Amino acid sequence: MPASPPPPDDAPSAAPAALWRGLARHRPPGVDAADRAWRSPVRGPWLTSVLGAVLLATLPLVIVTGLLDWIAYGPRLDQAFPRDVGWLHPPVFDWPTRPAWLFRVTQGLHVTLGIVLVPVVLGKLWSVVPKLFDWPPARSAAQLLERLSLLLLVGGILFQTATGLLNIQYAYLFGFDFYTAHWYGAWIFTAALVTHVAVKLPRLVTALRGPGFVRTPVERTRPEPADPDGLVARRPGPATMSRRGVLALVGGGALLLAALTVGQSVDGLRRTALLLPRGRRIDDGPTGFPVNRSVAAAGVTPEQTGPGWRLTLRAGNRTVTLDRARLLGLAQHTAVLPIACVEGWSTSQTWTGVRLRDLAALVGAAGPATARVRSLERAGLFREAVLHGGQVTDPDALLALRVNGVDLSPDHGYPARIIVPALPGVHCTKWVAEIVFDG
Amino acid sequence: MAEFRRAYGAAPWHLLLLAGCFAVTGWIALRLAGEASALRMLLWFLGAVIAHDLVLFPVYASLDRALRRALGRAGAPSPLNHVRVPALGAGLLFLVYLPGILGLGDGTYLAATGLAPRALLGRWLAVSGALLAASALLYAARLLARRAR
Repeated sequence: MPASPPPPDDAPSAAPAALWRGLARHRPPGVDAADRAWRSPVRGPWLTSVLGAVLLATLPLVIVTGLLDWIAYGPRLDQAFPRDVGWLHPPVFDWPTRPAWLFRVTQGLHVTLGIVLVPVVLGKLWSVVPKLFDWPPARSAAQLLERLSLLLLVGGILFQTATGLLNIQYAYLFGFDFYTAHWYGAWIFTAALVTHVAVKLPRLVTALRGPGFVRTPVERTRPEPADPDGLVARRPGPATMSRRGVLALVGGGALLLAALTVGQSVDGLRRTALLLPRGRRIDDGPTGFPVNRSVAAAGVTPEQTGPGWRLTLRAGNRTVTLDRARLLGLAQHTAVLPIACVEGWSTSQTWTGVRLRDLAALVGAAGPATARVRSLERAGLFREAVLHGGQVTDPDALLALRVNGVDLSPDHGYPARIIVPALPGVHCTKWVAEIVFDG
Repeated sequence: MAEFRRAYGAAPWHLLLLAGCFAVTGWIALRLAGEASALRMLLWFLGAVIAHDLVLFPVYASLDRALRRALGRAGAPSPLNHVRVPALGAGLLFLVYLPGILGLGDGTYLAATGLAPRALLGRWLAVSGALLAASALLYAARLLARRAR
């Protein structure tokens, strides 16, 4: 390991040498003061690398679960947002119905882990922030390009976190389409992350051999030896926290956020999500579980869902119309299935209704390729959803009429709603008016 | 090869990798350029960096410096981290749950769910107070233990 960092007036050898040398020589006012202001004795390659290693192990999980959520929306059925993404997308496949908790876990992990990692990201940025004010900003074309890619890396993670946090808390302040921005932001971040890891991984591995996790009292905490990246302070002050203490602080922050977030996804802990809008039940009754879109918001009226309501089934030129009493007269099936929203909450409930494959058989479509489900709702992005064949024929795929032993409440989709294992919540269409089976 | 390395400042694969990274970003920029909200996205992207590097970081670093100045000379055990840790916890919660705490999404929430939004500011204050109280209790216990010795 090199003993000392290059002095600031080090003559760079990269071309054009005159440019880099001139840049290094012309130090703007304040640069030297900033250089002296970094006093923390715990900043250094080891701490940065430990935080980096944690992010290296966890961020890919956030990225992959995010992409899986896009696939779960059904790009093959033209239902994934954004729709037209060109060549830049993961391989698409029909989203399976098993295990039934699949979407609950992928989206729950994406949102929860994204939140829990906030203090790790902030800690990592804190550990490298002196580099931002370094002068000269670059000593070669290679360094200049690398620093520009760091703008994409830091901008990417902050942009993804900010848009995600605003979206799950109903605050669409940004004024652009969330799906489009979060999708392309993810790719910019991922490309920058791959680049950063490829460039820095050898440094990370070397630096992890540093001070280690051995308990060191605060008063005996010393800075690491000066490093070529200049992370270690030139004039360190006395330690006020050990390196272990800093890591415990970051980990404690992550645990605190986890404790206040998992309630969105775990039924028994619902109320512990104290500071999130989805951490609540509507009431203590059997239909008290969360609602994303109320019957009033959907503009569905009591007249539409009253005794005059009919379900229309179509396949080819065959049409069958059923009222609710006839639906209740058909073979009923009960299944415990989760419903999970892409905005980070999920719940498991006991649903009763008619199997979708039985309804398909009623109109002579035994093995349909797709089913297009239409709601009574007139506006709204999700008033219509298409299910693929596997989602129609799954034995637990239901047109639910009842939940937890009672009729569906208006807000949960009375008179009838779709519930299919592992299907994203927005595609579990409520207030169903018509199902068209195709193929 | 050595000539390239000297002129560029790193190995050729480094340039290739960065070219790939910028190609992805450039392609996305071109793709989004036609969107009416493209400028807003760019502003939010750059704004996020500025908000962290030039606002959030200087603010918390200055607060910490002031705190160290105020408590740094206090006797042992130092109360410094007993203020720092709960303050950071409260700040972290505020940052992450800010839209709810400030009620920024209340209108959308009411329109979508028909439920009256809950006031989360009081809850955040309560959680922050609990963190501070727990930390103060721990400090008191440490003081007592030290005196007993």
